[in-house]
This record gives sequence, structure tokens and C-alpha cells, in this order.
Amino acid sequence: MKIAKQIDEVAATSAVAVVRAALERAKADKNNVVINLSESRALERAAKVDAGELKGRLAGVPFVAKDNFLGYGAPTTAASKLLKSFDAPLQATVVEKLESEGAICIGKVNLDAFAHGGSTENSAYGVTRNAVDPTRVAGGSSGGSAVAVARGIVPFALGTDTGGSIRQPASFNGVVGIKPTYGAVSRYGVVAMASGTDTIGVLAHDVEDTALLMDIMTGQDTKDMTTLPDFFAVQSTPTGKKLGLIKEFMAEGIDPIVRARILAAVEQYKSLGYEVEEVSLPMLKYALAIYYIVVPAEISSNLARYDGVRYGSRVGNEGTLRDVYELSRQAGFEPENKRRIIIGSYVLSSGFFDAYYQKAQKARTLLIREFNDVLSRYDALIGPVAPSPAFKIGNNTDDPLKMYLEDVMTVPASLAGLPAVSVPIDTNDEGLPIGIQIIGKRRDDAHILAIARELEELRHG
Amino acid sequence: MTTISTDDVRALAQLSALRLSDDEATKLTSDLERILSYFELLGELDTEGVEPTYYGMDQTNVSRSDVIAEREVAREALTGLSEGGVVAEQFKVPKVL
Repeated sequence: MKIAKQIDEVAATSAVAVVRAALERAKADKNNVVINLSESRALERAAKVDAGELKGRLAGVPFVAKDNFLGYGAPTTAASKLLKSFDAPLQATVVEKLESEGAICIGKVNLDAFAHGGSTENSAYGVTRNAVDPTRVAGGSSGGSAVAVARGIVPFALGTDTGGSIRQPASFNGVVGIKPTYGAVSRYGVVAMASGTDTIGVLAHDVEDTALLMDIMTGQDTKDMTTLPDFFAVQSTPTGKKLGLIKEFMAEGIDPIVRARILAAVEQYKSLGYEVEEVSLPMLKYALAIYYIVVPAEISSNLARYDGVRYGSRVGNEGTLRDVYELSRQAGFEPENKRRIIIGSYVLSSGFFDAYYQKAQKARTLLIREFNDVLSRYDALIGPVAPSPAFKIGNNTDDPLKMYLEDVMTVPASLAGLPAVSVPIDTNDEGLPIGIQIIGKRRDDAHILAIARELEELRHG
Repeated sequence: MTTISTDDVRALAQLSALRLSDDEATKLTSDLERILSYFELLGELDTEGVEPTYYGMDQTNVSRSDVIAEREVAREALTGLSEGGVVAEQFKVPKVL
């Protein structure tokens, strides 16, 4: 559902009617998308739009936020038991920005707890089901966001992407999802996972809507000193037409149908006047190992605050303070949260720090150099988003390493801070969506969207 | 192949303020062995003299001038979030030892 269609409906009926209809769709959902709705606040804000008190480019347009965005009107759980009743005392900057344009947040949607995962199976609120095939995963960790857009509950949804958590579910459910350049969008008021690669992005119906939302969301924020001065400007045509097809992503291990669909997209780009060459980045082989050292290290540090005292449901109050810390964390975290905290503690511990953490950060330098070198010769890089379409629920849950390997095509851009977008290109024979990933130079977010839009227009006419 | 014992995992859990069940500790031990063994891949790389990238962006020393702002967030956070109770704007916790 396009944003423009919702704006037309607001004009034809009312914002209250449009928001009420979105709330009804959310309540009727069978995919386990929603964690909590913020019904009364959403309807109050819709009434303000109808009264002319709230105006903007998104006046009366409903949306949902992944439940790691702090917001009013409903708890912010991060899909954990630990934050089950956490009512945020503030709103994320990006929620404020969307609301200042008249958009209306109707609720908070499911994710892997604390955004640890790639399937939305690691949630304390149950598994979110794929928009096309309910026996398959939604992808993750922004699974609820992707399915909410794909099922037409709302025209867009906020997500976070640390290693692929917007792009992969976007691909699995057939919607557009962008992970912006690191620092393009404020992270103030969003539950931190790994601060070195955490980014805020959006999932939407098409590229045009994604560009409009990025125009609103990007920019410097005095509350987040990692934000960059605004560089985003919506552009309808790309400024360069030379693409590199990532060789390593098309090699062994990729589903043959995904490979065929990507090659078909390459032919479509050529028909649009693009020059496409295969390009090799040998460092990609190491990206997953780098990621799963660096990110758990940051997780183990960032999640130290959830101790049952400062945040979270308290357990063990009849014992000592140490009991409170250990028992609250033990009860409040999901198994994958604990796994990552333990990996992080291991790679940061003295004796192992140089061999793992330091080594990984040095390897990351080599990966970034390689990206910079290749991107000096191409306008953008293209390839699949994931090795296969959405996999079956439960398929990878017993084998964490197998689950991590699903992230192999999305973590490289994260480690290098590059913008990357996932755009639907086709389906496989079972109707499962397949997306293409377009990776750009730092600050080339508008450029990759313009490249994506050309393909989208060719497909949809 | 990296090997790790259940005692190692328990020590890490203690450092991480987690009180694992026996089943969890056993499962995590085998998970960790496989994951850490996968990390051995990085041993192929010559990183001698390479500077580590701790921060992925090309910004340094971002600063701003101090501005006095009215924000009640800290107090709200203190009074609204801790389930264990707050007394005189301080967290109430059980005995330390």
C-alpha cells in the first residue's frame, strides 16, 4: 500500500477512519506481527489531523515501529521478557520526526529479542510468520516491520539494521528496505545493540516512498553525536551507471533460483543502459567471522545495563544484589541474547582480546579498504540479499552457526558503514519473494535508491 | 578446533552476570566451540601493521557548545522504570553482601 493512497483516503474520509482501519487490520493479523498497539494515542493524534492541528507530508498516515524504538502510548519491550512493562519516558528522534510530519504510530511490532537474530524466532512474544508462506520465517530481526508492510497493515514501518535486520526481512517478504549510511539517521531513543554498526532505517511499499521517508528521517541530531550533517536529497535518476556484481555472493552456497533471478536483474539493468561487470572482493570471506566477534563484544557491553535495577523486571530481591543482577538477567534474556553476551565476554577477556577482538577489527580495516577500492571504480555493487528465500520456521534454531551464516551477504556493508537497499525483483516457483541488494558508497543513499527505482519502474512499467 | 569446557562457560557467565542452568551451560559449551572454531578463519589473514577500525565512520571529535536545557527525563527514568522501588531519588536494592 502506497503512502499516497493513504493520503488520498485521509482526504476522502478522515484520518480517524484511516487510522481505525489500520488498527483493525493489525488486530485481524494472523502472522503475529504486533506486540502492543497504541490505539488510544493513535486515535487522539488522528483527530488532531482532522481538526487541522497536525499537518505535514504524512498527515494521517499510519505506521508501526519495531519494538526497540522508544515511543509513547505502548511499552517498549525489545521483544524481551525483561522489558515487558517498560514505558519509555521519551520518544526516539526518528519517531518524533515522522510525527512532526503528521504520521501516526499505531503500535509496536515483533523482532528477535534485542534485535539478536535473523528470523524473528528469538522473541519472547512468539514467532512472526512470513507474509507469503506462514510455515516460513519472516526474516529478522525486523520481521514484524517487514510483514506489517507486506500484508498491507500500514504503508511503512521503522526498523533497525545492525547486520542485515532490515534488508533480509524486506527480501523475504517482498518489500523495500534500506539500511542507510552509518550515522545518517539518529539512533537517539533506540535500544542499542552494537553501537559500531547499528543503523536506523525503514521498510516501505516501494522505492519512491522509501526516498520520501529517508528525506524526513535523515539529518544531524544533537542528541546523537554520531549523526552526520544531512546529505540526503531525493533524486529520481541515478548519476552513474556502472555496477559491480559481487562474484563471491554468486558462488557456491547460493540457491540456484536466487542466482538466476539476480542474473535476470543484471540483464534488466543492461537493457536500461547500465554497464555491469563481475567484481571480486576476497575479503568478503572473512566478513561473517569479523561481524560475529565485533558485534557480540559490543552487545555484551551494551546489555550490561539490563540488570533488574536500572531497567527490567526484578527477580531475586529476597537475596543479595548479586542475586538480583544474575537472576533478573537469567530470567529476562532469551537464549540467543545469552549466547551473544557470552561470546562477547569471551572475545573481550584478557588473554583472548588480541587474538579475537583486535584481530577482527584489523581485518575489518582490510575489508573497508577493499570496499573503498572497488567502489572507486563502480557506482554501486549489486548481489543477492540472502543465500536463499525465506527458510522454514525451526529450520536453523538448533544450530546458531547455521543461523549466523544466513547473514553472510548483509554483514559486509554493515561493517563498512555503507548504505544498502533491498528491493523486490521476483519470486521463486513457490511464490517466495526474492530481493536484490544494492550497496553504495558512504553518503550515496539517494544514489542507490535512484538505481533501485529504475529497476522497479522497468518491472512495474 | 578451539576447545572450551563447561567450567569456562560458567566463568564467562559469572563475568556476564548470568546464572545459567546446567542444560544451558552444556548447550552453550558446544555452541561456543563451533562458533570459536569458525573464527579461526581469520588466522589466514596477515594483519601485521594494520590499524584496527573501532569506529566505522570518517568523523572525529564531534563537539557542540554547552546549552542549558530543561529535561526531566533522568528523574522520570529513575522514578518510573525501576521495579524495585526508588527512595529519595535513589534505587532501592537488597543487601550487597
